[in-house]
This record gives sequence, C-alpha cells and structure tokens, in this order.
Amino acid sequence: MRRPRGAAHRGNPHAEAREIVFDFLEGYDLLGAFWVTVQLTLLSAVGSLIWGTLLAAMRVGPVPLMRGFGTAYVNIVRNIPLTVIILFTSLGLNQTLGISLGAHNFDTINFRLAVLGLIAYTSAFVCEAIRAGINTVPVGQAEAARAIGLSFTQVLTLIVLPQAFRSVVGPLTNVLIALTKNTTVAAAIGVAEAALLMKKMLENEAQLLLISAVFAFGFVCLTLPTGLILGWVGKKVAVKR
Amino acid sequence: MSSVLYDAQGPRAKRRNILYTIVFLLVLAAVGWWVLKSLDDKGQLDWEKWKPFFAGTEAWTTYILPGLKNTLIAAALAMIIALPLGAVFGIARLSDHAWIRVPAAVVVEFFRAIPVLILMIFGVALFFKYTSVSSDDRPLYAVVTGLVLYNASVLAEIVRAGILALPKGQTEAAHAIGLRKTQTMTSILLPQAVTAMLPAIVSQLVVIVKDTALGGAVLTFSELLASANTMSSYYGANTIASFTVVALIFVLINFSLTTFAGWLERRLRRGKKSTGVVLPPAAMAGTESTGAAA
Repeated sequence: MRRPRGAAHRGNPHAEAREIVFDFLEGYDLLGAFWVTVQLTLLSAVGSLIWGTLLAAMRVGPVPLMRGFGTAYVNIVRNIPLTVIILFTSLGLNQTLGISLGAHNFDTINFRLAVLGLIAYTSAFVCEAIRAGINTVPVGQAEAARAIGLSFTQVLTLIVLPQAFRSVVGPLTNVLIALTKNTTVAAAIGVAEAALLMKKMLENEAQLLLISAVFAFGFVCLTLPTGLILGWVGKKVAVKR
Repeated sequence: MSSVLYDAQGPRAKRRNILYTIVFLLVLAAVGWWVLKSLDDKGQLDWEKWKPFFAGTEAWTTYILPGLKNTLIAAALAMIIALPLGAVFGIARLSDHAWIRVPAAVVVEFFRAIPVLILMIFGVALFFKYTSVSSDDRPLYAVVTGLVLYNASVLAEIVRAGILALPKGQTEAAHAIGLRKTQTMTSILLPQAVTAMLPAIVSQLVVIVKDTALGGAVLTFSELLASANTMSSYYGANTIASFTVVALIFVLINFSLTTFAGWLERRLRRGKKSTGVVLPPAAMAGTESTGAAA
C-alpha cells in the first residue's frame, strides 16, 4: 500500500483503484492498534482463567467464608459495568491512589490498568462457566474419588476439574469472544487499541462507511475464527458420555 | 455442610477448616486494611468527600438521578426497539426460504461479532454526517443505535433458541389441524416461545444497562457513570466516593434484574400451563452463545 502509486502496477487498473480506495489508511497504524487489542485479549484471558478458576474452587469448597467471598465477588463484579471498572482503575487506582503497577510511562500504565480491570471483570464469568462445568461431571466421579480417600483438593484437581475443563471449552470460548470485544472498553482510558483508533480516524477522515467496515472486518476476523476453531476443539475434547 | 466434592467433616477436618477460615480472614483483613490505609493517606476517607451523598440531596438531584434517568431511558429505548427487530430476525432465521434465512443469518452473526463500542462510535459519526440531530441529542441516538444493532442480533438468537426449544409436537399438531406456517408461528409457537424467553430477555436487559455506561465514558452521553465524573470534579476529587456510589447503584439495579430473571425462570419451570420449556438466563450462566460477558 505504501509503494509509489502507479509505478509498480502500471497497466493493472485494479491495483491502482485499490490504492486510491485505501488511501485513507495512510498514516494510521491499523495493524498496531489491532495488535494491542490482541495483546489485551491474550493477557486478560490468561489472568482471568487463573483467577476465575481459583474463584470457582472457592465457591465449591468446604470453607464457608471462602464460599461467601466467591459468591459476593461474582455477584458484585458481574453487575458492575466493565466501563465503570476500567475507568475506576485509571481515575481511582492510578490518579487518586497513585498505583502504577510498576510502569513509568503513561501508555504502559494504562495498558496494565486495562488488563487488571479486564481480568477482574472477566474472571467472574470464567468462574461461573467453570462452576457450571463442575456440575456436569457425574456425581459418581467425585464419589469414587472420595471413596478411595482423596481429599477435597485432590478430588478437585485430579478428578473433577480436568473433566470440567473439557466440557467448558464451549462456554469459555464465548467468554473469550466477549472478552475480545470488551477490550474496546480500554479506549475509555486512552489505551491505543482498535476502537480508539477508529474514533480518531472517523473524526479526521471522511470515509465513514469504509473506515467502519474495516474495523468491523477486523473484529469479525478476530472473533469468528476463535469461535469456529475453539468450537471444534471443544467438540474434540468433550468427555463422551 | 457437605457436598459431593467433599466428605462430611470429622473433628480433624473441622479444625482444619477453622484454620483455613482464620488464614483467609487474615488475608482479607490485611487487604482491607491496606485499601483503607491507602485511601486514608490520600484523604479519600474524609467526611468532606462522602458528605454530599449523605447530607443533603443536592448530589442526588443534580447529578445522580438525572444520570440514572438517562441510563434507564437509553436502556429502555434500546430494549423496546431491539425486541421486535430481534424477533423479526430470529423468525427470519427459521424461514424455509434460503433467500430469507441466509441474509438474516449473515446480518445477525455480523453484528454479534462486533463490539458495541465500535457500533456506538459508528453511530455518532453517522448521525453527525447524515442527519440534523442536534449535538445534545447525538450521544443518546448513538448509544441507542449501537445497543439496538448489537442486542437485536443477540435477541434474534434468543428468539430462535426459544422457538427451537419447543417440543416438535407443537408444530406437528398445528399442521395436523390445518394451520398454515404463518398461523403456526403466530398462534402456536411464538406465544409459548415468549414465555420461555422471558428470563433470557430480562437478563439481556442487564447487559444493556451495563453497556449504556460506554456512552458516558467515550461518547459524552450524560448517564450515570458520566455523572460520577462530574461529581468528583465538583466535590473536590472525591473519585472513590463517587465511583463507589455509582457502582452500588448499578449493582442494585442489575442484581434485582438478575434475581427477577432467576425467579421468573423457576416460576415458569414449575408452571403447568405451558410446555415447561424455559431458556436459562444467558448472562447468568454464561453458557448461551450470547454476549455473555458483554
């Protein structure tokens, strides 16, 4: 796209037309913005998978206080808009309390804060998905595990969770897709991801439909394959019963 | 207390659980103490910062209630417009004619794959460029447009699932007594599907209410979250207090909606009048292929 116009494609009208149509992309780091989106998604996915699993373990465990904490966390966080959480990480945690998560420049701080907010929010949904998965494991599995003398931690980590994870690939995929779309909320605190770039481009350029289509296409490219591939994986790994 | 995952507790397990409880309590207390201390260090616990919400009604009547009103208006408008649109697309996806079914499917899948914020940003530019909507109304229009486009496609899936969940005998019986396809849909399937969908629709309302906050943060729509921002600058940087109050209001609204959806689901499952088919509230379980965490 950045080759000198006309020189390389002389005699190829399609290539030339393409260059004129996509001229508005010149000067914008489209791929870079989507790369930030992907980074936000992946980091938050890993973090919320870990924290969500811990929350799920607390919610099904034998200690009443932990159960209460897990339930309260999920019910509160799930009902707060993600936007409020993300904005709070910036205005509350960073600007009021001075927490910078070990970063020094503005962009890195906001990126890390956004990941923190996304993890806090998404793990509530991961927790619920995994808890639903635990319920799909037949009672006999846990009973057999207890009968041979395994402790709660052993029952959970050796017998129940491995089977539960295999049955929640589908629901977790939906959470992951929702997370991918939710990363756009990071635009609220100025993380340079796709939605922020789109806003900037729409303010400066004229091609409303074309720009919107490009960004819509970008997100379709991120979410549809995720759904298809992980949907297939989910069918593959599901425990046949 | 016991569950299938662990045995009824003997004396040793009880002692161990008490130990765990104490350790967990200490951790919670340490975190809580650290939070309170850092809040105190920055003067966020001063009565001055919290006073507007407890003493006098100015903060409520000037900021919170108007913001809440806008949030609810946007959510209600979005739901009212998205519901019929979703129903049309949901039914279109079940059509026997490929030329209706396939385009409807493409539209629904497309808008479900795109973030609401992208649709809202598109809405702002759209209304700015092609309509004469005043700049005061533009954020509301954009927010509702974004919410409608996204939620209509989610509701289309809910409607489709609701109709598909009905027993096949309903359609067969309708055909047997000579009803046409349209009659079967409007007088047999839809009425039952609407009942089955109610919990899922109510919990979709939670998603809509939460997404209105995007308009406040990115599009200068003066809803509840935006009012928190204005308040914290007006009352001398009481960010923590403002956000706490606003978050609590959101939790209160959404928690009652979620509880209502759950109650509705249980009630419908118990009911003997219908076929007893109920779609679970999607946003709760996160298992439905809707925008669970959106």
